[in-house]
Amino acid sequence: MQAFLDTFDIYLLEAVVNGILLGGVLALLALGLNLIFGVIDVTWICYAELVMIGMYGMYYMVQVFGLPYWVAAPIAILLVAALGAALHYIVIAPLLTAPPINQLLATGGVLFILQSFATVAFGIDFRNLGIRLPVLAIGDMHFSYSRLLAFVAALLGMLAIYFFMKRTFTGTAIRAVAQDRQIMSLMGVDTKRIYLITSALGGALAGLAACLLVLQYDVHPFVGLSFGPITFLICVLGGLGNFVGGFIAAFVFAQIISLGGLYSDLEWGYVLAFAFFIVMMFIRPAGLLARRS
Amino acid sequence: MLELRSLDAGYGSFQALFGINLEVRAGEAVGVIGPNGAGKTTLMRVISGLIRPTEGSITMEGRDVVATPAHRIVDLGIAHVPENRRLFPRLTVDDNLKMGAYMPGARAKYAERLEFVFDLFPRMKERRSQMAGTMSGGEQQMCAIGRALMSDPKLLLLDEPSAGLAPVVVQQVFELVKRIRSGGLTVLIVEQNVQQVLKVVDRAYLLEAGTIRASGTSEEMMKTDTIKQAYLGV
Repeated sequence: MQAFLDTFDIYLLEAVVNGILLGGVLALLALGLNLIFGVIDVTWICYAELVMIGMYGMYYMVQVFGLPYWVAAPIAILLVAALGAALHYIVIAPLLTAPPINQLLATGGVLFILQSFATVAFGIDFRNLGIRLPVLAIGDMHFSYSRLLAFVAALLGMLAIYFFMKRTFTGTAIRAVAQDRQIMSLMGVDTKRIYLITSALGGALAGLAACLLVLQYDVHPFVGLSFGPITFLICVLGGLGNFVGGFIAAFVFAQIISLGGLYSDLEWGYVLAFAFFIVMMFIRPAGLLARRS
Repeated sequence: MLELRSLDAGYGSFQALFGINLEVRAGEAVGVIGPNGAGKTTLMRVISGLIRPTEGSITMEGRDVVATPAHRIVDLGIAHVPENRRLFPRLTVDDNLKMGAYMPGARAKYAERLEFVFDLFPRMKERRSQMAGTMSGGEQQMCAIGRALMSDPKLLLLDEPSAGLAPVVVQQVFELVKRIRSGGLTVLIVEQNVQQVLKVVDRAYLLEAGTIRASGTSEEMMKTDTIKQAYLGV
């Protein structure tokens, strides 16, 4: 093992592994957004703000009410799932046939409502769970358990969604709606119900992401801005609504951020990622895995 | 079994059907023939609830179809094979068939229905894990009919099953309709291919410009002068 590590630049290796770990969580976020876009054909601009609410939920349950993390996490996931369903029912459903720009403006409005609500209700202090997970040391490389846990949980979450979509009648109907929504009633499918379930699933993924991110980052009303934009770039790079494309793009972006951060500052990693995105938009405007129609 | 009484329907301010009276009795095969744009597809769509009538009534075995939510009409025993098949192109054959059995009642019989459809179309069993959109037109038509049969319907609505298919395949599709009929299923079929369809149905209606111009048994229809001249070319 040591001989193997000696032949590599361990800092490079550490950055690559950390990039992969980051990619898992980004892929989870991208999957939630892609699910909503692919099935309902609506973009939830406020997606990262749902994550923020979930993080606050975790903070209050763990720090204020003293619930153990493992009890609080499923409650937070259910809470954000309900929030996703409510978002669909209250904001999206009345606008389903409206022009896309109106839908964007409406979910954009929800973004500001949630940010302002959080500012008023929770204040602008940075808060955290006060849980410090140990760091795993392999040779001279260090990986935090919170990142490892986030990576594994994100993969399990995505796997669960995959099997749900492949194996169940409801999951198959969700994939079918994305391809031909007009004839769904001929199959006996109530599209409204499928949209509501999909929104709850999208919310649940945001809730899971919240549980994982709250272990690594402090929560504040504007924390959504730290990963909202990058999630959108990932989805667009992978091809909006394309689950596999989003998954790949998440790891590409995570690697750029992580390696960029190794050779310079973390902020430069983000700059590089965004520059890469702009270049890619010229080369493959419809995304990495664009379908040729 | 199915009864339409003085039915009006259309899209927005455009009226496509005017006072349609039509009946399909249990065990029958009934054809609706007529030119492009006569309202044949609209007629099918209004029966399966894809669009709603503006006037008149539709009953299926005495139950009010118009008052039933669109996604519950399958439960009344009506399965619709839409125009252009409308398969889910990027779902496998298996998944397409699964969607046909979505209703709780059909789900319970899923395995049994799947076997029935695979018996009827052995080709579908070979192609079960293939994306539906990558199959040939004839295979897609089989898959679309199979999907409708998954719900174990009493009445099968077929909208232009021969459209866009090679002549040899058209023959196969009509053979298939005969076989489905012999299983006791009631069929209402809309077709432009008048000569072929009159060979497989018991009765037919002639639909022109949204109204029913003539009706009768297949033999009567074949002897009618207007149909002979306009549709059979003799």
